[in-house]
Formats: sequence, structure tokens, C-alpha cells
Amino acid sequence: MMADSMFVSILSAAVSSGTPVLYAALGELVCERSGVLNLGVEGMMLVGAVSGFLTAVRTGSLAAGVLAALIAGGLMGLIHALMTITLKVNQVVSGLALTLFGTGLSGYLGKSMIGVPLPVTFSQAPIPGLSSIPLIGTILFKHDLLVYLTYVVVPVLWFYLYRTRPGLHLRSVGESPETADALGVNVFAIRYASVTAGGMLAGLGGAYLSLAYAPSWLENMTAGRGWIAVALVIFAVWDPFRAMLGAYLFGGIDALGFRIQVLGARIPSFFLKMMPYVFTIVVLIIVTATAARRSSRAPEALGLPYERE
Amino acid sequence: MGTVDYAVEMRDITKRFPGVIASNHVNLAVRRGSIHALLGENGAGKSTLMNILTGLLRPDSGEICVRGERVALRSPASAIALGIGMVHQHFRLVQTFTVAENITLGMSRPRFALDMAPIEREVAKLSSEYGLAVNPHAKIWQLSVGEQQRVEIIKMLYRGVDVLIMDEPTAVLTPQEVRELFETLRRMTADGKTIIFITHKLDEVMEISDRVTVLRAGKDVFSCDTRETNARELASKMVGREIGQTPERPPVAIGDPVLEVRELTAIGDRGTMVLAGIDLDVRAGEIHGIAGVAGNGQRELAEVITGLRRASAGSVNICGADMTNHTPRSIIEAGVSHIPEDRLGVGLAPNLNITYNAIMKRYRCNEMCRGPIVDATRARTWTDGLVERFNVKTPNLRTAVRLLSGGNSQRLLLARETSMEHKLVVAVHPTRGLDIGATEAVHTILLRERESGVGTLLISEDLEELIALCDRISVIYEGRIMGTVGRDELNLDEIGMMMAGISAAEKGDGHLEAGA
Amino acid sequence: MKLVLEKRETVSSFYRFVSPLLAIIMALVLGAAFLAASGFSPLKVYYYMWWGAFSDWYGISETLVTSIPIMLCALGVALAAKMLLWNVGAEGQFHMGAFAAAWVALSMPDAPAWQVMPLMVLAGMAAGAIWALLPAVPRAYLGVNEIITTLLLNYVAIYWVEYLVHGPWRDPVNLNFPLSAPFSSAARLPSLFGTRIHLGLVFALVAAGLIWFALGRTKWGYEVTVIGENPRAARYAGMNIERNIVLTMCLAGALAGLGGMAEVSAIAGRMTRQLSPGYGYSAIIVAWLAKVNPWAVVLVSVLFGGLLVGGYSAQVIGVSAASVNMLQGLMLFCVLATEALGRYRVRAVHAAVRGSGEGASIDG
Repeated sequence: MMADSMFVSILSAAVSSGTPVLYAALGELVCERSGVLNLGVEGMMLVGAVSGFLTAVRTGSLAAGVLAALIAGGLMGLIHALMTITLKVNQVVSGLALTLFGTGLSGYLGKSMIGVPLPVTFSQAPIPGLSSIPLIGTILFKHDLLVYLTYVVVPVLWFYLYRTRPGLHLRSVGESPETADALGVNVFAIRYASVTAGGMLAGLGGAYLSLAYAPSWLENMTAGRGWIAVALVIFAVWDPFRAMLGAYLFGGIDALGFRIQVLGARIPSFFLKMMPYVFTIVVLIIVTATAARRSSRAPEALGLPYERE
Repeated sequence: MGTVDYAVEMRDITKRFPGVIASNHVNLAVRRGSIHALLGENGAGKSTLMNILTGLLRPDSGEICVRGERVALRSPASAIALGIGMVHQHFRLVQTFTVAENITLGMSRPRFALDMAPIEREVAKLSSEYGLAVNPHAKIWQLSVGEQQRVEIIKMLYRGVDVLIMDEPTAVLTPQEVRELFETLRRMTADGKTIIFITHKLDEVMEISDRVTVLRAGKDVFSCDTRETNARELASKMVGREIGQTPERPPVAIGDPVLEVRELTAIGDRGTMVLAGIDLDVRAGEIHGIAGVAGNGQRELAEVITGLRRASAGSVNICGADMTNHTPRSIIEAGVSHIPEDRLGVGLAPNLNITYNAIMKRYRCNEMCRGPIVDATRARTWTDGLVERFNVKTPNLRTAVRLLSGGNSQRLLLARETSMEHKLVVAVHPTRGLDIGATEAVHTILLRERESGVGTLLISEDLEELIALCDRISVIYEGRIMGTVGRDELNLDEIGMMMAGISAAEKGDGHLEAGA
Repeated sequence: MKLVLEKRETVSSFYRFVSPLLAIIMALVLGAAFLAASGFSPLKVYYYMWWGAFSDWYGISETLVTSIPIMLCALGVALAAKMLLWNVGAEGQFHMGAFAAAWVALSMPDAPAWQVMPLMVLAGMAAGAIWALLPAVPRAYLGVNEIITTLLLNYVAIYWVEYLVHGPWRDPVNLNFPLSAPFSSAARLPSLFGTRIHLGLVFALVAAGLIWFALGRTKWGYEVTVIGENPRAARYAGMNIERNIVLTMCLAGALAGLGGMAEVSAIAGRMTRQLSPGYGYSAIIVAWLAKVNPWAVVLVSVLFGGLLVGGYSAQVIGVSAASVNMLQGLMLFCVLATEALGRYRVRAVHAAVRGSGEGASIDG
């Protein structure tokens, strides 16, 4: 019974710990599906986290905080879009610059917020009925609203990508922009929209950290989650449901480390903190090594700027 | 005007690019319901003219009328809205999408939720109407080149196009597929649709077109109904001078084999078997041609021989030594030169200067360096010699290769490949995309190689080229050699049959199984 | 009328020279906007920064001291970038280099300098190289994205160092702080000219010279250049790409590791968790700004050293250290933007005509 509840609590923690990474990974997924690689996820998350936190502290409203995070993340995405789509700057470099800039900007904006308590936080809101299902209820349905939102976002995003015309056009722009352009699909508009939407989702992921998970502001509080999100997109072969699975897997490792520490095991906490990173690297290597045999691969035009002939 | 029913009229079209006039006051009038051939060599301005007609390019001057009304074409989409569509030589298809998804791509209806079933029904209807058999559920990458072309045609029909431009549509097809395509085109014109057929093949013009316009160096030099002309006249109009003499082929003593390929199999990029047991050899002083429709394993054959792709079974012997799956470097050192299909993508580093490119296979030789250091002076002197001898036109040796013309970069590549110590040349489509002068230069170099006792494996889609140069021609089909014919027993029909997959043994009764 | 970007075939050499300056000016202007928005006088802040970094001999020497680790890391990043490899892991390689050097220093407290110093250099370089080898091998042989793996390894390296200074290496004399015991004086890298400038500067300059020579003149440099420009052509010409990837990454790691060794030995004198305020990340910007030219790396590193030192003195008037990071990010964006503008020319066109652009071939 003891082991059982321990197991459930780890899985439940995996979901909440995986949620910020999931938002960021979904954002990156949309962005990459349109053919743009954005390595600035870490920076966008941080700026989202700090804007959300600042706004929530100032206004006392969580909704305003979330909105601010979405806008801030979207603006960060827009910078990347401007650099890579219009100016055709190398996407890797622009993404790295975005991360550096976002790290600096968030530190700058959040300097006065360190140690400030949040007047309101996203608190646990068990879903009546569903949360009383044994095991699953505790694991999935005793969380906050932002976690529940992912249960909607993931299937909606899947449907959008694979079962709608805008989704078809989005994917075509990432696979073969020349073809899409020749058929009247607006490559530039779709890429701009996707990169911006990706930034908004990353910003939301950051806000989840500062408004619900922590809830507080710390400099560099994302601690590499943005990079893990980028790796997860590869693990997920650009599929929202697999991204969800990957995010919870990451969350599980994260939660496991924390539990082991709480239980007073002899392993120094620093090694447990390393685990998610090492785990992500190992998973990335395995996935890449076996990807060649899979039919679905990275979007064909990923990382390439599009120029009309 | 007015008496004849024109689908499209282009009047006095001029389009300049930096340094060239691609279209020089060109006129083109295409009658409704006809097949109009646009004939011309590479660089004559056919594609520019058609890119203008499909809204990809805008003319500097001139006007375009569609069905008698003057129009402004802003984009491919606006051209399609006017009923003008083009099937490009390089298909514009999303490889990972299904046929139906490709066909509905870019349409505005249905606006949001996509139910593929009605679209697939419509596709099936169009494909049976015009004899364009294709499975709407299949992913593009699973289809043959011929099937992909059908998808492109259906895509245009689905959009209600009634002027269809086909850019060199037969280059990638087997003779049987060509016949089927022509059948489809005839059905379409019978239906009142208009076809503009871009080609440089005279026999096709004579067979399929109602009227022909010849372009040369950006100008329309000749236009008439096809039945009032003949291939000879068209050829002289197209080239504008006597066609170059067939190069001299002095007799050469054939020596020992420099390349022996046995039972060679290999896997392609898509994980399918692209070479299915190849046997062939090339002897010293011989040019052995490989004919075949594109995509039957030619590129992969060259890659396996030169060590760029792994052989899954079989052997490659070079000058008697087993070199199967050796590294590219040891194969180079065994004396194999390679003129790859993709000149700028594989053969050269376009952003680097001429010297850098010229020493690419030589920088490790002792004569080029002192210890680990490359001797820049010697590298330059040597490159200077090459540029001089092979007549590469360039401002200086510091010029980036991407700034050279196609002919000059190919000369540089050939210069490098034939000036190293070698016994075998593997040349893949060495004249593709080159103008006549550069093509002749390449032919001269290849024949000079033959005279110096080098063996050459010449992979080409251009039968005329193969016939002019080769001592033997083998035909490749779906990764197999269908047969080999010597220079003295050349028979075009037989080669054509083998290109379609009918081996010499079964010819005569094999027509029906063609392409199966 | 509207404005379009039109591609140029070649970038004019004048622009190539001016664009970094233009980028810095743009960044300063944008940074001024941020500073002004948060209630600082930008001119005053910039003056303090300039004054702190370059006004007197002490400022200049501090700038040079700060530029040494950036220089060594950036040389490594630039070398890898020459082969289109993104070494985002200089920060981790730096920490591992520092760790290995400290390990030597702490385990040989009584050894003379001529014994301990070469060992520290070797250990630092080897540790950096190994830390780079970890992502290099999967990148070379399996094609695993090195950007993500090198970056994630930074976190692992930093946690490793934190573990040491909080745990087994904690100075028994001073248990309140996460610091190791101080090194013996034999394990301290000598300083130059009576300032804090240390032998690391010589290491960096020698490394820059060697890289410059190797890239321009040697067979290996030739291979690196060709692989960086067109890997397919390099393979076709018989070059061993995989081996070059591993070798180049290891050299890059060794340089960053040497940076870590110099920093821990000359500046800190003991292992701490605060060796680097992000030198490894600044190095990426430096390498890109310097367009992968080793001498330019040296120059730009000094500029960045100045930016950091200036940032410290600006903190006197209340500007946070984070704003310096922000300025760095801004600067990188400005560099990217000006560079892109160099590749294009802005042209006014009549709305009806779309620029045909470059690349439109005549036929096919």
C-alpha cells in the first residue's frame, strides 16, 4: 500500500513536472512543423515566466499573468520569425541569440521579483467525479487548470495538424515550401504565425513554472527545460501525443529524483538533478540512431530559409 | 485576330536577367484545343517564357491575353484562376503527403475540417476520365516517376485548368509511359483543353503536336503547323547552324578490364533495393555506356563503385583488386575518377575558390605539400595549368566556383578528375544542362581519355550522346542490366525496349507486359 | 511603391568591414532604449561602463583578464563552427577543465610548479576534450544533434562541480562556503606585468596563432574548410568526415578546458562554483561576431571582456548584471540583422512588379 501510494504520487508529480516542458515542446513542434527551427525555447520560457509573474504580482490576477506570458512569448517568437523568415538569418544562430537575450532580459525584468510572494497561485482543482477514479484520478485529475488545459490542447493540436486544411497547409510549408507556394499557400504568413504561436506556448510553459509549479520567480528558473523540450520534439517524431508521453517521461525522472531525495537516500542531490539531462541525452541518441528506419522523419524543409526563385 | 480562337496569346514579351535577355520580344499564340510544341535547346528561353505565363516571373514588357482578354498574372495562383497550369520538370509534390492531400493542397474549400473522402472520389473520377491511373491514398514517395507525373496532371485538372503547360514531360518516362501520356494529352484536347508542350526532342514534336514554335537564344525564330514542316527543318531552326560533327573516334586497342562489377546489390535512400544484381565490366580504352530512364539505379551504381554508398552484396573489382565497400579515398587512390551527377552539390564546393576546388583530390599528394602543410604556391601553379589547359573561363583563381557558368564549372571538374592518376572514369550525366559548346568540350575530353587507355563508365539519359561516344551500351532497368549491345550491332528499337524493361530474349511478344 | 530585399551575389568588402561596427552601434542604441525605459540615463550607464573597462591601466588589465577565458572558449567554438558544428557546450567543457586541473592541484599540494603546472594544463585540456568527445562521437557516427547534447552536458558539468565543492572537496577549514581548499602557490598560474593578467593570455594568443596557421596552411585545415563548406563534396573527395568531427570537437573542448584550467589556477586559486558568469555562452557570440577568424576572436573577446567589466562598474549605479547579458543578446541580434542586410540590398519597387530576385535561371 505504501509503495502503491508512492508510485501514484510520483506519477502525479510526473504530470505536473512534465507540463511546462510539454507546453514548450508543443510550441516547438508547431514551429518546426512549419519548417522553422527555434532554439530559443529556453529564452522564450524565461521571458514568459517572468512576464507572467510580474503581471500576476502587479494585478493580482492569474488570468492577466497568463495573458502576459502568452504575449511576451509571442513577441519573442516574433523576433525569431523576423530574423529567420524575413532576414533569412541562420536559424540556429538566431535561436541561440534568442536564448541569450531571453535569459538576460528575464533576469533584468525579474530582478525586483526575487523572493516576492505571489498573491494568487494556480491551486489544485480536482475535477469532480474523474478525480475519484482510483489511481488515474489522482495521477491525472488532481491538478490545476493549466494541466487540464494540456489535455485539451494536445488532441486539438493533433486534429488541427492532421485533419484540417490550415493544418495541411502548415505541414506542407514545412515539408516543401516551393510546392506550397506554387499552389498559392502563403508560406511567409504561415511560418510567421507558427513561430509566434510556438513562442506563445513556450511562454505559457514558462508561466506554468512561475505561477503554478514553483510558484515564485528565480533567475534561470527553467534550468534547461527549454532545451529538453527541443530534444523531446525529436523524440516525439513531431507528433503531439508522443510529445505528451515524452514530457511525462521527463517529468517522471524529475519527480523520481526529488522523491529519492525526500526519502533520504544516500545519493547526493546533485546527481539526481543531473538525471533528467543525462536521460534526455541518452534518449536523443537512441531515437536518432533508430530514426533512419522510421517512415516519419523531420519536416523536409526544417532549418532552411525559403526564398522564391 | 478574332477569326482564330486562341487560348493564350503572348505578345512582344521581354524579360531581362542580369547579363542576359532571356526573352527578347517573343510572340506566342496557342489555339484552343490544340497541342502546341515549344521547341528549343537548353537556355533558349522556354522555361522563362512559361514561368511568365504561369505568373512565377513578370515580364519587363509585353502583354498576355487569355481567351482574348488582356490579363495580369501576379502569381501561380492567379494563373491557375485563369485556367493556366504547369507541370514542372521537377515535380512540385509533397513527398510525405498522400496523392489526395497533394491535390487538395492550396485549395480554399473545404475551409477547415478536411474530409478526404469526397476529394478522393473526385480524384478517382478525373483519373478514370483521362486514363491517369493512380491510387489516391498512396503517399507520393511510394509512387513511380510516371505516377507522380499523373498526380501533377490531375492536380491541374482538379483546379479546372484548361491550358496545361508540360515542361519536358517525357525526359523521365519509359517509352510505354510516353505513349500513355500522349494518349492522355489527346483525350484532353478532344475535351477542348489546350496543351503547351515544352521539349527539345524533335520526334516528339512531330508525333504529338499540332503546331510548333521554335525558340533560340531568347527569340521566337520559327512558327508553323506541324504537318507543314519536318524534323530536319526544325533541327536547323533550333540550332541555327549545322549540328556539330559527330566527334572522331579513332580505333583504340581495348585492354584488360579496369572495372568488374559482379552481382552487385545495394539499398537506396528509401530503404528499397535499387541495385538488384548488376554485372558489368569496363575495359581499358573503352567507353561503356549505361542507358536507362532516370531513377533505375544509375546514380546509386556510380555511388557504390566510388565508395559513396555501401554495397549490400556482390563485388566491385578495380584493376583486378577487390574494392567492394572500400572508403572513397582508397578507391580514388586505386585510380577511379568520378564526375558526379550533382556537380555543385557533390563534385565541387561552390563557395570556395577555384584553387581550393582544383586541389580537392590532390592536396594530400606529396608533390602538393611539405609534411602536413599544403604548398600554396604549388597549388596555385598547378591550378593555373589546369585552367589554362582546359580553357576554364574565370577572372582569376580566387573566384568562387559558384560564380562560374555551368560549362566552366564542369570543365573545372573534368580538368581535376582527368588530371589525376586514374584508370577508370565514372561519369554521370556529364553534359546535362550544358550548352552545345560545353557539351562538345566534354565529349572531346571523354574521347581523349579513351585514346589514352582509360576505361570510362558513361551513365547518361541522352541516347544520342551514348551512341556518339560509346564502344558498348548496357541498359539498366530497375537495378538490373537488361542487356548489352556493341557499337556495331546498335539497334535503337532494341535499346528502347530494354529501357522499358523488356529484355532482348523476350522481345517480340513482350509488349503487353511492358513496365509490369 | 514598396521596399523589397534583393539578394546580392557578393558582399562588398567595405560593408564586411563596417557591419560589425554598425551592429555594435545598433545594439547600444537598442540597449539605451531598455535602460531609459527602466529609468537609467543610458549615457551615464555607458559612460560608467566605458570608464570601468578602458579608462585606465587597471580597467584595461581587468578587461584583458576577463577576456582570457572568453577567448579560449571562443577559439574552440569558432574552430567547431568552421566545420558547421555548434559547440554550445564550451561552458561545460570549461568547468570540466577547471575540475580536472583543480583535482591535480589538490592531490599534489606539495609538488613543485614544474611538476604540477604541466599536469594541470594537460588534465584541463584532456577533461575539456573528453567532455566534448561525449557529444562528438554520437554526432559523427549517428548524426545526433550536437547543439542539444553539448548544451545539456553543461548542466551536468555544473552540477558535478557543485557536488564537489559542497561535498568531498569542501574546505575543511571553512565549512560554511562551497569552496575547495586553496591551491598551493606552485599550482597558481603566474601573472604578468604585476597585474592579474596571467599566462592564460599567452596560451590564448598562441592558440589563436596555431589555429590561424592550421586552417589556412595545413592539409587538416584544408579538410576542415571543405567539410564546412560542402560535406558531400568532402566525402566525395575522400575525406574522413567522422574522424574530423571528433578531432575538431575534441580540440574545441580542449581549448575551453584550458580556459577553465587557467581561470581556476590563476584567478580563483581554488575550486568554486562561481568560476564563470557564462563565458562559454559569450564565446558563441564572440565566435559568430568574429566570423570564425581566430584573430578577430581575440579582438572581439577583449571587447566582450570590456563589456563584462564595464557591466560590473555599472552595477555601482544600480544596473543589474543581467542587463549586460541582455546587451550581449541584443548585440548578437544586431550582428545577425546587419549581416543579413549585407546579403541583400533594399530596393524600392513599384507595387506592380515583384522583384525577380537572384537565382531565377534562364531555363530549367
